[in-house]
Amino acid sequence: MTQQATRIERGLTAIVLFAVLLLGIAILGWGQQIGYVLHGWIIALVAGWGLLHQISRLSDPEAAIPLAYKDDVIRWGILACFGWGIVGFTVGDVLAWQLAVPALNGDIDLTNFGRLRPIHTTAVIFGFGGNALIATSFYVVQRTSRARLASEVAPWIVLGGYNLFVLLAVTGYPFGITQGKEYAEPEWYADLVLTLAWINYLVLYLRTLARRAEPHIYVANWYYLGFIVVIAMLHVVNNLAMPVSITSPKSYSLWAGVQDAMTQWWYGHNAVGFLLTAGFLGMMYYFLPKAVGRPIYSYRLSIIGFWGITFLYLWAGSHHLHYTALPDWVQYLGMTMSIVLLVPSWGSVFNGILTINGAWDKVRTDPAVRFMMVAVLFYGLATFEGSFLAIRPVNTLSHYTDWTVGHVHAGALGWVAFITFGAMYKLVPWVWRREGIYSLQLEAWHFWLALTGTLIYVGAMWNSGITQALMWQTYDPVGNFVFAFIDTVDAMRPYYTARAIGGFLYLLGALIGAYNIYMTVRGPRLAAPEPDRQPLPQPQPGG
Amino acid sequence: MNTHHQKLERHSVGFAIAILLVASIGGIVEIAPLFTIENTVEQVDGMRPYTPLEQAGRDIYVREGCYACHSQMIRTLRSDVDRYGPYSLAAESMYDHPHQWGSKRTGPDLARVGGKYSDAWHVAHLNAPRDLVEGSVMPGYPFLAATALNTATLPAALTALRRVGVPYSDAQIAQAQRDAINQADPDAGYEDDLIERYGDKVQIRDFDGDPNRVTEMDALVAYLQMLGTLATLPREDAQ
Repeated sequence: MTQQATRIERGLTAIVLFAVLLLGIAILGWGQQIGYVLHGWIIALVAGWGLLHQISRLSDPEAAIPLAYKDDVIRWGILACFGWGIVGFTVGDVLAWQLAVPALNGDIDLTNFGRLRPIHTTAVIFGFGGNALIATSFYVVQRTSRARLASEVAPWIVLGGYNLFVLLAVTGYPFGITQGKEYAEPEWYADLVLTLAWINYLVLYLRTLARRAEPHIYVANWYYLGFIVVIAMLHVVNNLAMPVSITSPKSYSLWAGVQDAMTQWWYGHNAVGFLLTAGFLGMMYYFLPKAVGRPIYSYRLSIIGFWGITFLYLWAGSHHLHYTALPDWVQYLGMTMSIVLLVPSWGSVFNGILTINGAWDKVRTDPAVRFMMVAVLFYGLATFEGSFLAIRPVNTLSHYTDWTVGHVHAGALGWVAFITFGAMYKLVPWVWRREGIYSLQLEAWHFWLALTGTLIYVGAMWNSGITQALMWQTYDPVGNFVFAFIDTVDAMRPYYTARAIGGFLYLLGALIGAYNIYMTVRGPRLAAPEPDRQPLPQPQPGG
Repeated sequence: MNTHHQKLERHSVGFAIAILLVASIGGIVEIAPLFTIENTVEQVDGMRPYTPLEQAGRDIYVREGCYACHSQMIRTLRSDVDRYGPYSLAAESMYDHPHQWGSKRTGPDLARVGGKYSDAWHVAHLNAPRDLVEGSVMPGYPFLAATALNTATLPAALTALRRVGVPYSDAQIAQAQRDAINQADPDAGYEDDLIERYGDKVQIRDFDGDPNRVTEMDALVAYLQMLGTLATLPREDAQ
């Protein structure tokens, strides 16, 4: 029965892969730019390999699906997460040094700041963050449903397609392949690949939930589901574009001017809201209670937090466009909703922190719990700061300056990456069936380096942002500006250097973390799996 | 509330649909009216689609990621208006696919940079920023002047832009390549053609100072020199 279903799925997958293969061949055949032709080859090779793989399996009898969780795909997701993380952090620190020492740009097209910058943002947000979410969501949905992932094929399509998208994105930027929309730079063909992978993700997630043994869907899955559904909506609407021709990667956004700006920040702010927030709250709602051995503090607070965030975040994007040519009514609406958003955000913070109650000793003894506890605190700090910066007069100090950069990194370094590291230090021994992490001491080193790096980074950016905004607004008694623009750039020097040092410490911590994970994976395997690490058998129809 | 929610969380598809409905409200209320309320983009005299050379320059601006450090949006704040000129109107980016309003000013705003500096200044500055502005953290772009502009794709580019709503005429698309080359060649005797198609504010010069060929530097400087020069602004309101 399930073997038959797998065979049908292999056939359908083969058809989709064939279409993607044709896309790759068209691009490599007609393309006239080196980066674009390279992309054609990458797409064709990946899709062609997948197609051959599916076809070769079609004639074989399907192997029986074991009564066990499907963890192999999770292991690859974890490796991808750390791989992209190292790439993203490294490029980020290179960019930081380029601002401190501009000669490091090299003044050639491939290495200039403008082309490298989206490599950093894409590798970190989509490569590191996205893979962390895919891997942990696969883990959480199976454990909380007591069911194996509902497909043998789809998980690989999701992970493979998603990472193909990230690869196309970051290898395209040095060649100038970008549609010029911040945090949505990949061109139409990469967007198509992501769309296909994402539809698979949603269907797979719903099919797996449908197999659950427990009647109620656990709260972590609400957040993962919110992440999957809303990112699908945002990605499709924001990336609608008209390609120029098959010979070039270039396309023009369907939206223009003020409508494009609003659509872009509706997307941009909610990529933060649903990828970097909702998804990672899902992570928190599973791994924090597991790590401290306590149930979630409040079910009611979970409901308020979840629906508050799901409803309110989508209104808040216009706070990125205060005092611009966007109509005032949208700006004020965005500001208001951004302030209200603090309520569900801090609801989740309290729910997380109070869950640790009764197990505070673990913060001292277990660096993974320490990572998660500090992550929740940074989440509270960043969401408070976000609501604060959305207030129009405050925004005059932060917008267009490094304060925004500092705010984003308080969230990304302090919240997103800390909760990920905390969860990964638990997850890696679980999915590789190891006794524990290779070295708790290295784990602690990672924690302190990451925390020090984050504090230096964020502190430097607060200072530089507020300093620059105040300098821009300083008049002499006659009404002339006191500072030329370049004076305000000169004043940034020490902060840019400090930020680059902070970023380096963070990268160093992540490298230690990656080494620790590598040594854990290489370590000895546990003999027997524990009993709760088995899914329950699926009820057979008619049986 | 708890009992209703307990019913909802028993249905995965229902839960996903509920998420989609709740999450789409904000966008429907805030974005959809921007397309229907007429005064969202007010009527401004002087706005026209970009000339092919300017559009090619804009594509280079996008390609190099200039928006990572330069905004093109002067806010209604006094300190913005005093430094950069009258605040930006929505109509001034009505043909921008995509918009390049930006989110960071590591360098200054460029919405009205057109005409503020000479072509020679822009070329020298793009080639080696710190030769002209000590302390600048901008990368150099010497490769632009060394790269011939690819004009062959311009008719297809303008066609794609027309499909997303930019009102290019058949003649503008058919002549896109010639228009681009001749806008950078003041000796071509082509002025009347360009003015007929793009109005009398179109700037025809050898932007990069290299009369022998049309380079990417020509296109980018043509684009920069046009920024903010098209719209006829209600000057009194601006201050």
